[in-house]
Amino acid sequence: MSHPTDVLVSVENVVKTFPGRGGAWGAAGEPVHAVKGLSLEIGKGEILGLVGESGSGKSTLGRCILQLHRPTSGSIRFRGEELTQLKGASLRRMRRHMQMVFQDPYASLNPRMRVQALLEEPLLIHQSMSKTQRKERIEELIALVGLTGEALVRYPHEFSGGQRQRIGIARALAVEPEFLVCDEPISALDVSIQAQILNLIQDLQRQLNLTVLFIAHDLSAVRHISDRIAVMYRGELVELGESNQVCDDPQEAYTKRLLAAVPQRWMSLRSSE
Amino acid sequence: MKDQTEHESKQPLLEIEGLRVSFRSGRGTVVAVDGIDLQVMPGEALGIVGESGSGKSVSNLAVLDLLPKPQAHVEAKTLEFEGRSLLDLPPEEMRQVRGAQIAMVFQDPMTALNPFMRISGQMAEVLESHTDLSKKDIRKACVQMLDRVGIPDPEQRIDAYPHEFSGGMRQRVLIAMALLGSPKLLIADEPTTALDVTIQAQILELIRKMKEEGEMAMILVTHDLGVVAEVVDRVLVMYGGRVMEEAPTDQIFLAPSHPYTKALLSCLPRLDGEEERLEPIEGNPPEGMNRPPGCPFEPRCPDALDVCKKEVPSPYTVGEGHVSYCWLYEEEKSV
Repeated sequence: MSHPTDVLVSVENVVKTFPGRGGAWGAAGEPVHAVKGLSLEIGKGEILGLVGESGSGKSTLGRCILQLHRPTSGSIRFRGEELTQLKGASLRRMRRHMQMVFQDPYASLNPRMRVQALLEEPLLIHQSMSKTQRKERIEELIALVGLTGEALVRYPHEFSGGQRQRIGIARALAVEPEFLVCDEPISALDVSIQAQILNLIQDLQRQLNLTVLFIAHDLSAVRHISDRIAVMYRGELVELGESNQVCDDPQEAYTKRLLAAVPQRWMSLRSSE
Repeated sequence: MKDQTEHESKQPLLEIEGLRVSFRSGRGTVVAVDGIDLQVMPGEALGIVGESGSGKSVSNLAVLDLLPKPQAHVEAKTLEFEGRSLLDLPPEEMRQVRGAQIAMVFQDPMTALNPFMRISGQMAEVLESHTDLSKKDIRKACVQMLDRVGIPDPEQRIDAYPHEFSGGMRQRVLIAMALLGSPKLLIADEPTTALDVTIQAQILELIRKMKEEGEMAMILVTHDLGVVAEVVDRVLVMYGGRVMEEAPTDQIFLAPSHPYTKALLSCLPRLDGEEERLEPIEGNPPEGMNRPPGCPFEPRCPDALDVCKKEVPSPYTVGEGHVSYCWLYEEEKSV
């Protein structure tokens, strides 16, 4: 397995167990072991792809890293600082450096807020900026994700899915984070729009030297964008390596199965051109 | 388009000409399908590919008369199944067509089954309404069908409730239900979209097997070009309520003729990691309201001509069974 030289995020032996739910009439069901003692490192400035099927624990892991879920046990360090013990103001301070882009741009933006206010909110929480500074920053952000200033006075419902995802990304970038968790950022979008968003994430990563955890189930998209790929299955890490190596020469049976399941006939047709 | 003799010897199972579907809403009329033609021959598998809002699902719901009545308005020059018009068919006769002649498999196996009914009861309904079989024979037929679609231990599993099945197994149950009436045409609308990749591959394999075993024709509606390549004989590419291109499956990938199809293929990331950078299609898909009078892809088309804005292109034959709805070919001809 390959290791990054300059580690930004390090996950060590992380376990996340959810208390059982779903027993009849409120009786506790079996606890759900979403992440079962997983360790990995994310290098500064890299895009690490995280793939797995639904229920594999990939989203839970992403949320644990950002402390949106508190891990049951284990350690998560960001720039060497332990996050799992942080609370209150010190946790909020760390959150500035790590942000999330959500899957569903229809659900993740407050429908009653104009884009202007959506982008201003994180600035008000995390940054002490004057009104003019905030205004400048908001204009900078909207241009950064490829929209025009005219978008600022509009509401989320006036935008298409791809544009909404751009707004979601702008919001995540507002506080100049170093680390971005993108949880299935393209799976709710149309095929012709997915490429736009993939390119945008790639460009922003280069431009801002971001570190990205890119969670998705679509292996072709993950391979396209990631430097390394981690494969999860039932809460465990089954394979981690350079993207090319994982896709061209998978070591684990599960990775092989996952790759074999991707419809590939169209690619061979295209290649024989 | 094709040679005449073939047309005479083989009558299409489903023939649609000039289908137009619009919805009235508070803000105006939304045109979802804007004049499409399509044919399905007996035993053929047709793929309809398109993004959301392309009208791919609506056109199929219109065929089965499943659209909400006062809001949806369906018109067509021809809408025939086995030579019989489905337009203005009395509800009672339409019910006999649905399920027995044309069956449908929907996208979401989680919501398409009644959570309060055992699988046995839900499956039996299909045969109760379309055959005079006895209760015992119905059960036997259902168990056999579950076995055919690969449900292990069908004698026991048939008495389970939907929540006792996984997503993939539920989709198998739905396919079994669709096949019970031995339909001549199966319409599968995004049958694998809600499923995980490994399960998706299993369901595609099952659909392929079912198609090869029976003489059933099939329409596979999907946004996923990869899925289409695995299963169907012919592909119809839709965009903004219109057909852009129609071709034998291999031709769509080997020699796409419409700028939209070409653009769609080049914005897909490949698993073999060949491409450096994706070439996205700039802009956004059109909305149903205030459609431009010309080609719906014109605003995003890299090769758009002046005429594309104003007039809808007529079909242009590019090869055998390969038709492109694009003005570029008209221009070429006149030059």
